[in-house]
Amino acid sequence: MPVVDLAVSRVRELNKALHQLPRNTNETHWTVQNPAGQHSIAVGIDAPIEVMIEGHVGYYCAGMNKDAQITISGNAGVGLAENMMSGVVRLAGDASQAAGATGRGGLLIIEGNASARCGISMKGIDIVVKGSIGPMSAFMAQTGNLVVLGDAGEALGDSIYEARLFVRGEVKSLGADCEEKPLGSEERAILAGLLDRAGVDVPADSFRLFGSARRLYHFHVDNAY
Amino acid sequence: MSESPPTTPRTPPRFSATFDPYTIAQIQRAAATGIYDIRGGGAKRALPHFDDLLFLGASMSRYPLEGYREKCGTEVVLGARFASKPITLRTPVTIAGMSFGALSGPAKEALGRGASAVGTSTTTGDGGMTVEERGHSKTLVYQYLPSRYGMNPDDLRKADAIEVVVGQGAKPGGGGMLLGQKISARVAAMRDLPEGIDQRSACRHPDWTGPDDLEIKIGELREITDWEKPIYVKIGASRPYYDTALAAKAGADVVVVDGMQGGTAATQEVFIENVGIPTLACIRQAVQALQDLGLHRKVQLIVSGGIRTGADVAKALALGADAVAIGTAALIALGDNNPALEDEYRKLGTTAGAYDDWQDGRDPAGITTQDPELASRLDPVKAGHRLANYLSVLTLEAQTIARACGKSHVHNLEPEDLVALTIEAAAMARVPLAGTDWIPGHPGTSF
Ligand SMILES: Cc1cc2nc3c(=O)[nH]c(=O)nc-3n(C[C@H](O)[C@H](O)[C@H](O)COP(=O)(O)O)c2cc1C
Repeated sequence: MPVVDLAVSRVRELNKALHQLPRNTNETHWTVQNPAGQHSIAVGIDAPIEVMIEGHVGYYCAGMNKDAQITISGNAGVGLAENMMSGVVRLAGDASQAAGATGRGGLLIIEGNASARCGISMKGIDIVVKGSIGPMSAFMAQTGNLVVLGDAGEALGDSIYEARLFVRGEVKSLGADCEEKPLGSEERAILAGLLDRAGVDVPADSFRLFGSARRLYHFHVDNAY
Repeated sequence: MSESPPTTPRTPPRFSATFDPYTIAQIQRAAATGIYDIRGGGAKRALPHFDDLLFLGASMSRYPLEGYREKCGTEVVLGARFASKPITLRTPVTIAGMSFGALSGPAKEALGRGASAVGTSTTTGDGGMTVEERGHSKTLVYQYLPSRYGMNPDDLRKADAIEVVVGQGAKPGGGGMLLGQKISARVAAMRDLPEGIDQRSACRHPDWTGPDDLEIKIGELREITDWEKPIYVKIGASRPYYDTALAAKAGADVVVVDGMQGGTAATQEVFIENVGIPTLACIRQAVQALQDLGLHRKVQLIVSGGIRTGADVAKALALGADAVAIGTAALIALGDNNPALEDEYRKLGTTAGAYDDWQDGRDPAGITTQDPELASRLDPVKAGHRLANYLSVLTLEAQTIARACGKSHVHNLEPEDLVALTIEAAAMARVPLAGTDWIPGHPGTSF
């Protein structure tokens, strides 16, 4: 049960120690103390371990995570779990901008609110936000699912591709090429599964689904002039 | 015998300089289609360029080196500022980032083979790293682009260096485009996109804005890769002094400045020809920025955009660059615009030497295509060999010039070795107009 105190050790030492773990390590439970808003904590992990971070973190915490289960007891700065590949990242507080940006897999659970650009350019990640999300969320979102129990800010899903956006509260406005879609049984099952994994007990039917109108998919151009 | 009536002298038909035939054709094309023109390549208009500079060579007061025998070094080390594993190249000519997607698999493989044969690096592009490319490239730079297509930490760890792309010279401020014809099943899967759509890459990074954020982002990339890999920042030339200074301040090991002649796989013609500044105009500004920070030669500068010959290489280095990167010229060396394919270019409504529809996937040379039949025409071994030959010639030519100027390493070339043929080039390159000691805009020099 290694404990790393970032008031004493440097982030660089923590990350290096985490990177050196073999995938079958016995050191599977890590605690990080006094993160004090430092950046790039627990980035680039490639092992099925658990990391508990006690406090607030700066930018890019849990970036590019593979397989680890990372829990943060405080709030997070920009780009929480950016480009995550797999694993689970759970944040107890609020997240700043671009939470889950470009994520390609895994599950990101935000107990509080997320700021602007949540799920921007997402590529397969699942994100569950129990509070509300800010403007320009899911901008150019490609694949994956974004579930929001609260409200969504302006221009939700602008220039979206094939990601699914489930929102329970109000949507201030939709971005270009994003439209409401019927919540079919397939989508309802995906949503119910995510709500279950995030420990949320609300009916899937209370959400609305948004996705791509696919009107921006072609430039309508003869390209050979 | 009656005299024939005197003919009245007539003026020949006169084309307007403003509404010249090309402009008229552009208007007619726009009127017929209602959509702007998209093409590949870089700016085609005439611009002040390396051709407007000349080397002075050794004379009474300078001592030349013997052409073949005396040593003239060409190796370059990139990334020693912060990276624990900087890279060393045998020649200062590198292969610029061009995506798998824009280019075929065999073309990417050929680039890797050619570059590796002469000891230089290749670069991935907007679309991720392919196994062929990694496998055939001894030194591979992995691009970190706004789109983040295919980005993953395993490839990051496999790379020899990381290049954060802020912009491209062909389109500073613009994102990438890849048209549906080229989004094959493999390309779509690598980018997490539906097959066959016209794809536009983001023009801004999704999770950082501005140089202060970039510093933190670079920190994250270093943390993920345990501070081993050199980190480059690539900018499209528009405000090179400030952009270079900010990239260096944000912690870059290497700054790549790409001028407006730099090629692209697909961009609007209006963008290519009208946004950004010429390569010649940005080198001294970028060097000045590094000098002002005390970082010239500590942070390496790579210059690209219209590099064609060893003379261009030598001139870029003399102006203060540490290395150059080539895109278009490398594709030509592989076989692009080959006159032997003239019949096929004609069918596409163009001619060898002018073919620039790299966006459209019908490249008869098999380079800018995802069509399996066309792509299979390019033999990666032979094409790689041609590229290696070409890279060797660039290196030999640069050495020839450096020796003539008395330099035992190409990096010893300096602005003092150069003069300009035009006032514009003199002002941009900050070297005197030939035959004078006048550098326009430079106090203390006179015509
Ligand atoms: C076919 C093609 C594809 C390109 N793809 C990329 C890319 O994915 N990322 C990037 O940063 N630059 C890209 N570029 C620009 C090159 O990296 C480089 O800046 C440019 O080609 C240099 O100028 P040159 O073509 O005159 O040598 C591409 C250029 C070409 C010709």
